[in-house]
Amino acid sequence: MARRPASLRALVAAALLALLVPFAAPARAERLIVSVSNARVTVTPNYSGGELVLFGAIEKDHPAFTETAKYDLVITVLGPRSSMVTRRKERKFGIWINTDSREFLMVPSYLAVFSNRPTDAIAPLEVRRRQQLGISHVLLTQRIGTDYADVVADDQFRKAFVRLLEDRKLYREDAAAVKFLTPTLFRTGIPLPAEVPIGSYDISIKLFAAGELLTETDTSFEIAKIGFEQFVATAARQHGIIYGLVTALMALATGWMASIVFRRD
Amino acid sequence: MQLYLPIADIPVNVLLVLAMGAAVGFVSGMFGVGGGFLMTPLLIFIGIAPAVAVASVTSHMAASSFSGALSYWRRRAIDPLLAFFLLCGGIAGTGLGVWFFVLMRSVGQLDLVIAVSYVVLLTAVGGLMVYEGIRAIRRTNRGEVALAGRSGNRNWLYALPFKVRFKRSKIYLSVLPVIAIGVLIGFIGAVMGVGGGFILVPMLIYLLRVPTSTVVGTSMVLTLVTMLIATVLHAATSHLVDAVLALILMIGGVAGAQFGARAGQRIRGEQLRLLLGLLVLAVGIRFAIELGIRPAELFTLRELGPA
Repeated sequence: MARRPASLRALVAAALLALLVPFAAPARAERLIVSVSNARVTVTPNYSGGELVLFGAIEKDHPAFTETAKYDLVITVLGPRSSMVTRRKERKFGIWINTDSREFLMVPSYLAVFSNRPTDAIAPLEVRRRQQLGISHVLLTQRIGTDYADVVADDQFRKAFVRLLEDRKLYREDAAAVKFLTPTLFRTGIPLPAEVPIGSYDISIKLFAAGELLTETDTSFEIAKIGFEQFVATAARQHGIIYGLVTALMALATGWMASIVFRRD
Repeated sequence: MQLYLPIADIPVNVLLVLAMGAAVGFVSGMFGVGGGFLMTPLLIFIGIAPAVAVASVTSHMAASSFSGALSYWRRRAIDPLLAFFLLCGGIAGTGLGVWFFVLMRSVGQLDLVIAVSYVVLLTAVGGLMVYEGIRAIRRTNRGEVALAGRSGNRNWLYALPFKVRFKRSKIYLSVLPVIAIGVLIGFIGAVMGVGGGFILVPMLIYLLRVPTSTVVGTSMVLTLVTMLIATVLHAATSHLVDAVLALILMIGGVAGAQFGARAGQRIRGEQLRLLLGLLVLAVGIRFAIELGIRPAELFTLRELGPA
């Protein structure tokens, strides 16, 4: 009876050691330090698009021991999630009508993948899939009938979905957007189109060397309406009937004023 | 001059939207129609989401029809009783139309329904108006006196029961066809996002033999009330009415309508109808072409919202 707790303790210790070993193992340890130029972008009446800048540095724990490796960076910006539906037109009875459709569930409304060189040169396919590098590997869940799945990257609905959002500058991939200022200091611009979705954005920064993930970090920024825009948008969403009545009254007042101003008798 | 629209979520050029409002207002003042069938496609063209465009145009049309209705009221050119019965049908029709709108939107065929109804209605109404306008102009050129609208033979609609005397229009007519027309206009208006004046005016003139002196003013009352209801309904259900966009449109629209009304008085009635017919027909043909040719992009994308 007395021996059993001791053996249990030994077991736990062994398990803890086994867990710790992989973390202690890498000889090189890098850390990423990043900062966005503006953590809160406000949409004002004269907003017509803009650009954020992300700066970062790669910090090494033991600079003396490690030779400077060739680093690669993949930065993925994910906007607020929403569901969308893609429909395909087909010719029926001489006219073009919507026939087939796919629903994309909780997919990013903004998606940008920036890297310092093409992602297929940075990491092998298996790593790109696992780390969701590039638009073709980012998970876009579709509902097909009762199934929920992401399909192969060259599925025509997925391709059309990505193409339509690329046309609206909401999805983009740029393999030359990340610039190394020094071997360990980098920057990239995050362009925001005029019709940018409101909400919080996550930025995931992944550091690679020789096709392997060394480390990763996250940061975020927010796009918010303020002042009058915010007031109108909130009123419309939360007090729909009152908002509608006020708009209707505004219409009546405008019409009445016009008939006074332009009255000819 | 850029301005960010809070509901449409895009920046627009204020002067461009003002000019669009004024141009459509000019047309609507000239012909005595709401102009929704022009405004909604224009807004979609400059990049505003179709649902936001339809919802916001309703309040714009309420404003322009109110200013129009006020001036017709002063000239005693509105038949209140006729307007009342049209409204009874119109409100019911609007409810039916909104229900149909939601149903078609959920099965993904709303675009098709809107396009087909634009094609059918606009080409049919436009074609009839052009035909009638050309005949009338020929008659006047030949020196004949145009037939007074009311002397035409009373059709079977006058044989229906529940007759009411519409004093200001000086007609004695059953309320049934009046209510039926109201239902139809309300339904069409809700589905197509238009006031329906361009269909209602010819129907009242040719089917019910309402005199031209009261027809435009009375149709404006129907447009005013249905569009006010539609504004509140859209705001309460889909939250897509952009008040800022609507206000810019209203200001441009009511100003344009005044100049349009003045220009309209200088043109002879039959020429006016021919011009309106050509305009309606042109919009209808444009929708028909769009349906028939292979679109450059076969896929479309619609947001379902964050839920």
